[in-house]
Amino acid sequence: MIHLRGITKRFGEYPALHGIDLDVAPGEFIALLGPSGSGKTTLLRIIAGLEFQDSGTVLLGGEDVSATPVADRHVGFVFQHYALFRHMTVADNVAFGLSVRRGKGRLPKAARQARAEELLRLVQLEGLGARYPGQLSGGQRQRVALARALAIEPRLLLLDEPFGALDAKVRKDLRRWLRDLHKQVGLTSIFVTHDQEEALELADRVVVMNQGRIEQVGAPDAVYMNPETPFVSHFVGETNRLPAAGGEIHFRPHEITLAADGAEALLVDNVFRKGAVWRAEGLLEGSGQFVELDLPSSGEAPQLGQTIRFNPHSARMFNADGDQTQGAHR
Amino acid sequence: MLPGFGLSFGFTLAWLTLIVLIPLATIFLKAGGMGWAQFVEVGFSPRAMAAYRLSFGTAAMAGLVNAVFGLVVAWVLVRYSFPGKQVVSALVDLPFALPTAVAGIALTALYAPQGWIGQYLEPLGIKVAFTWVGISIALVFIGLPFVVRSVEPVLADLGREVEEAAATLGASRWQTFTRVIFPAIGPALLTGFALAFARGVGEYGSVIFISGNMPGRTEIAPLLIVTQLEQYAYAGATAIAVVMMLASFAVLLLINLIQAASRRRMGA
Repeated sequence: MIHLRGITKRFGEYPALHGIDLDVAPGEFIALLGPSGSGKTTLLRIIAGLEFQDSGTVLLGGEDVSATPVADRHVGFVFQHYALFRHMTVADNVAFGLSVRRGKGRLPKAARQARAEELLRLVQLEGLGARYPGQLSGGQRQRVALARALAIEPRLLLLDEPFGALDAKVRKDLRRWLRDLHKQVGLTSIFVTHDQEEALELADRVVVMNQGRIEQVGAPDAVYMNPETPFVSHFVGETNRLPAAGGEIHFRPHEITLAADGAEALLVDNVFRKGAVWRAEGLLEGSGQFVELDLPSSGEAPQLGQTIRFNPHSARMFNADGDQTQGAHR
Repeated sequence: MLPGFGLSFGFTLAWLTLIVLIPLATIFLKAGGMGWAQFVEVGFSPRAMAAYRLSFGTAAMAGLVNAVFGLVVAWVLVRYSFPGKQVVSALVDLPFALPTAVAGIALTALYAPQGWIGQYLEPLGIKVAFTWVGISIALVFIGLPFVVRSVEPVLADLGREVEEAAATLGASRWQTFTRVIFPAIGPALLTGFALAFARGVGEYGSVIFISGNMPGRTEIAPLLIVTQLEQYAYAGATAIAVVMMLASFAVLLLINLIQAASRRRMGA
């Protein structure tokens, strides 16, 4: 569906993307995950045609659109801050893409209105068509933006931090709702996020980006369980790092076994409940490394000043070049 | 709400009364001193009518020109960064600060038949100085900052994203402008137009040099008032002032009503 080949982009002196290759299959739901400045939004905007690459090609459905302007790419785009047209009703916002169509494809007004109604039903905003965006909540506005993008029957849907401006509860609801919508509509979709939880929950495949490069592409489970680089290990999920001969050992807070004769000892200096577990934080005896551990909350809460002895039961070893030298489960 | 509605509304009313209403009321009182017949004779004399037409016509013309080009200037200031941007921005405000007579003299020097620009226009049969065209140019000059400063913040607030959204939905640049940008900044543009227009109607200093002041042809209403005053015809001056004031108020009220309606529509 989408084939990106050797996409590079600079902003002045600042290199934003170094040679990105990526293939997306029809109907896939892809997350571009990375910290700010990783190039994920730039990549999304290049796919949309809102930005143009310095070199490389963009193929959409087998067609080379590398130089095609955004208006002719037929791609739905949802912005972080909705970008709704404030002076138009919700229904007019949704029908906008149909009303600017010229030539044969132009639908009569009644048909455009009917289509807008249908899309508002799809995003569960039936009956709000006559309102103005200013009269809706953030979550509702983002759904209007989504309906507006879907109205042009795009060949793919691109979402730039679609939940970034919403509060936690609304974000969670909207996330679940978007996943269901994707199942229902089956449209090839790519969304940008810096929130690893969001990426792992929604996407079929996660593309982890850092400093203008793709670090790893894989199913959420694979990216979480088998990070290929120290960056992915650190950025996706929580990771403790221990210096070791020739590199670093990475292990998750829950990947430990408590043992009275454990090789490591944590001096607890902060404890709090994190959902179903106790989270204990502090410095390791000896190395002085900061680590976080998850302990079953069925037991007593760890005490401040207490020493917890443990062994990491699965861990990954990365050498100084960032290559993985030793797999999981030792 | 900070000071409470009762207090702030009372203060607003008292202040407006002191600063605006009392001075204006004295004009009405002064004009009231003359009989209705005399009021009509002076206030609606052919010479006065020609002056109103000229003042309101050139002010409207200048307001429209400023609406178009002021929008372009505001656009460039908001959307692009370039070396010297702050200098350009300060230049926009200069007509606010410059004594209007200076502007008038400068424009006359430029556009008079022997002036820098006027000497090239003269052979083409285009007369600027001492015609309504010259008056309009002077009013364009003094009205520009009103439009630029009214539109600029709204344009900045609108952001580039809505333009990008329109483009992703297949809109051409022209459709994006006419259907998305223009309706959004319309109320601010109207405000800018209204301010430039109001300023133009009342403008005196910059116009009298370039207009030539021929009664019935290039004599603006504010000048007619001054002429009356110089002849100690105070009642006549106030009669013309009253007519101008009512006409201006009607236009400004209309513009305010249009804006209130559009604000309601946007649900803000």
